[in-house]
Amino acid sequence: MNQISELARKAGTRSVGVHIAGVNLSYGKHHVLKDVSLDIQPGEFFAFLGPSGCGKTTLLRLIAGFNTAQSGVVKIGEEDVSRLPPWRRDVGMVFQSYALWPHMSIRRNVAFGLEERRVPRAEVAERVEWALELVGLKHLADRYPSQLSGGQQQRVALARTVVVQPKVLLLDEPLSNLDAKLRVQMRRELRDLQQELGLTTIFVTHDQEEANTVCDRIAVMSDGVIQQVGTPMSLYDQPGNLFVAGFLGTANVLSGKIGRDGNGRAVFLGGEGITVPLAETPPDGAEGSLMFRPQSVTLRPGDAPASPGMAQLRGTVLHSEFLGASIRYAVTVGQSQVQIDVPHHGDAELIENGSAVCLELDTAKTRFLHG
Amino acid sequence: MIARTLTRMSLADIRPGQAAIAILIAAFLLLFLVIPVIRVVFVAFQDPATGGFTLVHFLDFFRTDLFIRSFWNSFYVSSMSVVIATIFALPLAYITSRFNFRGTILIQTLGVVPLIMPPFIGAVAMQLLFGRNGTINMMLHDTFGFRIPFMEGLNGVIFVQSIHFFPFILINLSASLRNIDRSMEEAAQNLGSSGFRLFRRIVFPLAMPGYIAGASLVFIKVFDDLGTPLLLNVNDMLAPQAYLRISSIGINDPMGYVISVVLVVCSLLALWVAALAMKGKDYATVQRGGGGLTKRNMRPWEKVAAYAIVILILFLVLAPHLGLTLLSFATIWSFSPLPDGYTLRHYETVIFESSQFIRNTLLYASMAAGIDVIIGTAIAYLVLRTKLVGRQWLDYMAMAALAVPGVVLGIGYLRTFYTVDMPFTGQPLTSFWLVLVIALAIRRLPYALRACTAALQQVSEALEEAAENLGATKARTIRKIVVPLMSGGILAGFITSFATAAVELSATIMLVQSTSDAPLAYGLYVFMQSAAGRGPGAALGILAVLIVGACTYLSHVIIERGRERRGEKSH
Repeated sequence: MNQISELARKAGTRSVGVHIAGVNLSYGKHHVLKDVSLDIQPGEFFAFLGPSGCGKTTLLRLIAGFNTAQSGVVKIGEEDVSRLPPWRRDVGMVFQSYALWPHMSIRRNVAFGLEERRVPRAEVAERVEWALELVGLKHLADRYPSQLSGGQQQRVALARTVVVQPKVLLLDEPLSNLDAKLRVQMRRELRDLQQELGLTTIFVTHDQEEANTVCDRIAVMSDGVIQQVGTPMSLYDQPGNLFVAGFLGTANVLSGKIGRDGNGRAVFLGGEGITVPLAETPPDGAEGSLMFRPQSVTLRPGDAPASPGMAQLRGTVLHSEFLGASIRYAVTVGQSQVQIDVPHHGDAELIENGSAVCLELDTAKTRFLHG
Repeated sequence: MIARTLTRMSLADIRPGQAAIAILIAAFLLLFLVIPVIRVVFVAFQDPATGGFTLVHFLDFFRTDLFIRSFWNSFYVSSMSVVIATIFALPLAYITSRFNFRGTILIQTLGVVPLIMPPFIGAVAMQLLFGRNGTINMMLHDTFGFRIPFMEGLNGVIFVQSIHFFPFILINLSASLRNIDRSMEEAAQNLGSSGFRLFRRIVFPLAMPGYIAGASLVFIKVFDDLGTPLLLNVNDMLAPQAYLRISSIGINDPMGYVISVVLVVCSLLALWVAALAMKGKDYATVQRGGGGLTKRNMRPWEKVAAYAIVILILFLVLAPHLGLTLLSFATIWSFSPLPDGYTLRHYETVIFESSQFIRNTLLYASMAAGIDVIIGTAIAYLVLRTKLVGRQWLDYMAMAALAVPGVVLGIGYLRTFYTVDMPFTGQPLTSFWLVLVIALAIRRLPYALRACTAALQQVSEALEEAAENLGATKARTIRKIVVPLMSGGILAGFITSFATAAVELSATIMLVQSTSDAPLAYGLYVFMQSAAGRGPGAALGILAVLIVGACTYLSHVIIERGRERRGEKSH
């Protein structure tokens, strides 16, 4: 253990940031990355999150040197690596398929990078031991990859990468080939390992839950563009646009425009009977959408007087789903349909389909999004 | 702006090392394949007096009855060989893929055994067994009073060729049957199809690409083969005509070149028809994990029938070996079902007087196979892993050797290189034994190239990227990751090239200048010309089969051992 933390400290002192500026990349006519710029801090656990085909893996492979951008700069620490071949970049990548070499034992797989760096033989043996102990697979060192389970292969891939003490650790959907239970366990281990080594880490995933649970900050990507960068919570609570709002959790969206109420305060006008006071003050007449989460609404049957600080909307229950901890109601409001979660305590009665309901909206938890 | 950076990038992407290797390979293929063949075509259209363009030679070809007859004979023999080979291969492939059959390993072995013996030595043995006065016909005549003309004229060629080449269909057909996903069959069953209808409507169409690949190969091989018709004394076929014109009339006789052009055109046509038939039918249905058709146990009568078929085919396929073994030990064997007496004298003669044939063959075939896998691996890597301009053309050029009959390549070499003298010695280049090695290497390159390409396709690119990511340069990645992972496929390519080069006659017969430099196949051919030489010839043939068989088995063991060490299941 002592040895582990000592080596970990050694690794930690090397942690550097990654700076990407103005990167454009196309395959023929297909523009995959559009003017991407990012700053990743030293020691940060960072995620590229987005649906498949959004360019997140392309961006990761660009950092590793497997893609070449048509323009832009990639810096690791202070060094511009844009023109360096992969083998001179010193970034460790864990591949989605693990890419363990089937003709080498686990020990030789893990030793490979050190041998390529001409590390003295005694030190290679010592560091391989360390890395295998770190992932708890010391006893399997002489096996071959095909004799290991998926989870074990994943750990070997991780050990093989961290043993060379790279400047940056890149993880390409590392959990996607594991079953659900193992995935939860592995992501916790990944987080612990990253904390222990203090290694700047970039994690590519299409699973928002994965990104939320392990990462310090997330870049949400779509269609080759970085939509928003922020902590998991800020992205959820203050999404910058409709895509981010919809990709991270369920978002209810009403479209309309900005107006003024009798006191001159900004309100959202979403059609007949839909007037919601806003905390922010967007320019008058701006068109856009009002976004709120299913749990930011209180549902009351019939007509009840509005509580202070709450906006009131009227709607009709369309159908409901019992989810255990809560009940999700689909409610039509004006032309739109919204989802509303009501916590379930065991004694509440289900509101019947077709009932008129009153929606109380916490105005502190709504957000106006342009476009 | 983007356009400018694009050109900068593509220039930076081309590595000088890769370009140099590509240029070297291209030069080799141009010099030893493209130029000799073009030379042959050129001469076929050239007026010998003026040197100008002429169609006179082709008119002569089509006006000469012998050539027209030869053409139709070649076509008939090739087509019938495909039919007979199919009759051998289809039941074997069907039985092994559909049933749990104890004899499967036997059948798989059958698939290799015929290929490691030159078809023309088989021809001699077949004549002794199936000829007019051979074992079978003598027994038939004595008991029933009639004979079957197995070996009369063209029949003999068809019979020998289909026994020799049917493994091409068996191997390809079995492979594509194995690659049909079980769910394809289950979906059909679920929708109410079963039995022979299921086979006809689902299984056979899915296996079609493999069958066509094998059948077209058989057609071309038979069309091009020289040794078998020569030995059976069937001279009115195209390849023997080309050989006879050049060897008896001389290197300047234009008809040899015209026949060569006809041979190449027919090979190309056959390949083109096969490609047309396979277009858009390259079904790869195996999903990850499960594959192969459902196998079931046989009912008793099915088992009897299966064994009867397998044993009959086994007997036919092994007949040349059987006959050859008997012949190699026989004192005198003619006009009797079995030899009159047995002796070891022939082996003695061969080992003490003609061992240079064996030495030469081992040297030539292993050098040729070595060249093939090196070039094959290089081309496969350049095509699949680099962005080099024109890389695809290397592949096309190498594969084009498939359409060039051995006779044509031999004639091309003679014509192109007979004026080229060796440095220092002053001898013509064509009399140097290395030319034989190069001819063999060119002839067998397509096999090795396909094996290497398939091997590289199975290496996931992520494995290479992982090595580069951990600090290995391209060259070191190739050495430490790519080549070791390809080793099984490379070795398989080596074996195929080696085994088939060891028994090749068509090109070598044109190029061998002295018996001391001659390989086995040539020695066998010379021995088999005279009645007295048949015993030693047979002994030499048996030694050849044993050596090639042993080498093949050994490499197989090496591959399997490597697999087991890694804990992979062998299929």
